[in-house]
Amino acid sequence: MEETLEKVLANYRNNEGNIITILQDVEETFGYIPEEAVNWFSKKLDIPASRFFGIATFYAQFHLKPKGKNVVTVCRGTACHVKGSEKLLNRLHIELDIPPGEDTSDDLRFTVEKVNCVGACGIAPVVILNKDVHGKMTLDKLMKDMKRLRTDE
Amino acid sequence: MNNSDIQIKVCTGTGGIAAGGEEVLSSFKRILSIANIEASFQKKCSTHKVGCRGFCAKDLLVDVIVDGAKTTYQYVKPDMVERIVFEHIVHGIPVTEWQVDEDFHTFHGKQTKVVLSKCGEIDPEDIDAYITLGGYEAARKALTLMSPEEIVEVVKSSNLRGRGGAGFPTGLKWDLGLKIKSDIKYVICNGDEGDPGAFMDRSVMEGDPHSVIEGMIICAKATRSHHGYIYVRAEYPLAVKRLQLAIDKCYEKNFLGKNIFGSGFDFDLKIFKGAGAFVCGEATALMRSIEGKRGMPTPKLWRSAEKGLWDKPTVLNNVETFANIPRILLKGADWFRDLGTERSGGTKVFALTGKVKNAGLIEVPLGMTLRKIIYDIGGGIEGDGKFKAVQTGGPSGGCIPAEMLDIEVDYENLAEVGSMMGSGGMVVLDATDCMVNTARFFLEFSQAESCGKCTPCRVGTKRLLEILERVTSGKGKEADIELLEELSHFIRTMSLCGLGMAAPNPVFSTIKYFRDEYEAHIRDKRCPAAVCRDLITYSILEEACTGCGACKRVCPVDAIRGTRKMPHRIDPIVCVKCGTCFDVCKFKTIMKS
Repeated sequence: MEETLEKVLANYRNNEGNIITILQDVEETFGYIPEEAVNWFSKKLDIPASRFFGIATFYAQFHLKPKGKNVVTVCRGTACHVKGSEKLLNRLHIELDIPPGEDTSDDLRFTVEKVNCVGACGIAPVVILNKDVHGKMTLDKLMKDMKRLRTDE
Repeated sequence: MNNSDIQIKVCTGTGGIAAGGEEVLSSFKRILSIANIEASFQKKCSTHKVGCRGFCAKDLLVDVIVDGAKTTYQYVKPDMVERIVFEHIVHGIPVTEWQVDEDFHTFHGKQTKVVLSKCGEIDPEDIDAYITLGGYEAARKALTLMSPEEIVEVVKSSNLRGRGGAGFPTGLKWDLGLKIKSDIKYVICNGDEGDPGAFMDRSVMEGDPHSVIEGMIICAKATRSHHGYIYVRAEYPLAVKRLQLAIDKCYEKNFLGKNIFGSGFDFDLKIFKGAGAFVCGEATALMRSIEGKRGMPTPKLWRSAEKGLWDKPTVLNNVETFANIPRILLKGADWFRDLGTERSGGTKVFALTGKVKNAGLIEVPLGMTLRKIIYDIGGGIEGDGKFKAVQTGGPSGGCIPAEMLDIEVDYENLAEVGSMMGSGGMVVLDATDCMVNTARFFLEFSQAESCGKCTPCRVGTKRLLEILERVTSGKGKEADIELLEELSHFIRTMSLCGLGMAAPNPVFSTIKYFRDEYEAHIRDKRCPAAVCRDLITYSILEEACTGCGACKRVCPVDAIRGTRKMPHRIDPIVCVKCGTCFDVCKFKTIMKS
C-alpha cells in the first residue's frame, strides 16, 4: 500500500493538487478510502485527519467502506424518475439482498448506488453496470443483466 | 474532414456510446476496408466520431454522406452496417426503411442552432475539424486586434445573459472583472451541471469542447486574466477526457500557454474534477471546492468579480455562456441580440425530456412559447397521453400547468409563474405523474444535497420532506398544506445561498397549481395519478386474464397465485407493490387503484 500512496503523493506535489485530488486518486486506486491511507497522508502532510474525513464525507464520490464486486448505479435524475427509476432501485434491493439502509450486499458481490443525474436523459431510465451506461432500462432487462453478472463471476 | 467523398459520422456522446456507438464505428471501418471502397470507387472515404446531435431517443444515429448528399439512419446496430455499406455506398441506393422518420425532421426543423451548431458535425477529438469551420478565428481576432474594453463592449451589446440559470448579464460581469485591479485574476468555467434533467453542458463539453476553451481565452483577454479553470463534475468522465485532450492540443498549437498567436498574451487553463456535490454548482461553493475545501457557499458580501478564488478577482461563467462567445465575436453583437427577446439575446439550449415523444436536446431562440417547444418540436405527449405540467429549472424550479403553455420562455416570464430558467431542463409530466410525489422527489434531492451550513436549508428541507412523505403515504393531516407553505416561506427568505432559497420552489408551485391533488392525498387518502405506493393496490381483472403466467414469473415475492390458462390473483398481503407485473402484462389486465 505504501508504494501506491507514495505515487499519489508525488502526483499531488507535481500538479499542485489539493486534498480532494488526493482522495480522488485514493478512491480510484482502492475503490474506497481506507482509514490507514488517510492517517498516512495526515502524517506526511501534517494536515489533521479530520479535514480528510470532512471532505470524504461531504462529496458523494467518496466511500469509506469497500464496494461490492459489481457496482450497479441507478440514475435518479428527474427524467429517469418519471420513467420509473425508483421501481428499478427498489427491485434491485430486493433482488440482490441488500440490507435496508445499506448499499452493499453482505457477501460483497453487489453494490447498488444512486446517482443524481448522468445527463443521458434522452434515453431514460438509465442504469450504469460497472461503468457501462445502459439506456431505456426495463425491469425485465435489468433482472436478466443481474442474472448474467451473477453467473459471470 | 470535408474533403472526403464518402463520410460516415457516428454519434459517440454518452448516449451514443450507450447505444453501441463504438462497435458500430469499428464495424464501419472493418467492412469499408474489406469492401475496399477507396480503391474500387476512386473516392476518399472516412469515418468520424461526432458529438451528440441531441436526439438520443433515436440512437444510434449515423450520417452517411456520399458526394455531399447526407442520409441519416436511426437505431443503427452493428449487424446493420454491412447492408448499409453494400446497398448505399456500393450500389448507391440508401436503405429507406432504416432512415430517420418524420419525427427527426419535426425535431430539428424548428430549432435555431448556435451553441449546438457544431455538435454532431465535427469530431470533438480533432482540433483541425474545429479549425476548418472557423475555430479559433474569434480568439485570434480578440487577442491580436481588439482591446479588452472593445471585447467587453461587444459582449455587453449582444445582450448575452448567464446561461447557468440566474441570467446575470455577461458583459456587465466581464466589465466588473476588467475594472478591478489585481496581480492575479481567474477565469472559471462552471461545468458542474448538477440539475437533474439537464445535460446541455455535458453535450457541449463532449461534442464541441473547443468552443468552450475559445470562449474562455476571449474572456481571459477581456478581463486581463492569465489563469483559468474548468470545473467539471465527476459524473461526466467522457467530458473530462475530451476537454483534457482539447486542452493538450491547444497547448501544442500555442492557443494556450505563453504568447498566444504571437500577441504577447498568456493564458493557462486546467481542469478541476468535481467530486459529486450538487451545491458546487453555486459559484462560491465551487471556488471553495477548487481550493480543496468542503464545497459550502459563503455569504455574498462582495461579488466574485471582486473577491473569488483564493480571494482574487474571478469571472465565472457557465459552459453554454462561454460557447456563445466565439460566435458573437465572429458574427457580431447585433446578430446575436436580434435572435432573442428585448430582455435577453440569443438562443437557449433546453433538455426536453420526460413524457414527450421526441425527447432530446434542443436549441431555440429565447421567447419561443412552451407550447411550440413541447408540441411542435417535442411532437406532443408520448403515447398520446394528456399533458399535465412541465417542470423547468430542476430542483430550484417549479411546475408549470397546461393553462400557461402559451408563455414565452425567458428568464423573467418563467420566474413570474413561480418557476425558473435554471440550466434549462424541461421535464414534461403527463396524467400518470403525481404532483405531490414530484414535489417529494425534488425535496428528497434538495435535502440530500443541502451542504448543511445554514439551518433554514439543512433542517427546513428535512422537515418539508417529512411532511411530504407523510402526505404521500396517506398519513397527511388537515393543516399540512398550510404548514408546507409557511415552512417554505421561511426557507426561501432565510437561507444563505441561492440553492437553499430556491429549494421550496417545487412545493410552492405544485401547491399553487395542483392543490386538489394535495387535498385528495390528505382528505381522501387517494393518489389521483395512482403513483404513491402506499395509496394504491394492484389487482387482476379476472375475466380478462388469459393465465399466461408472465406476471407470476416476474413477481419477486411470489404474491401471484393461479394455474396456467386460468385467471390469476394477487395476494394483497404479500404484494410489495413493486409494479413489475403491471409492466409485463401484455393484456393490460392488471389494475392499479
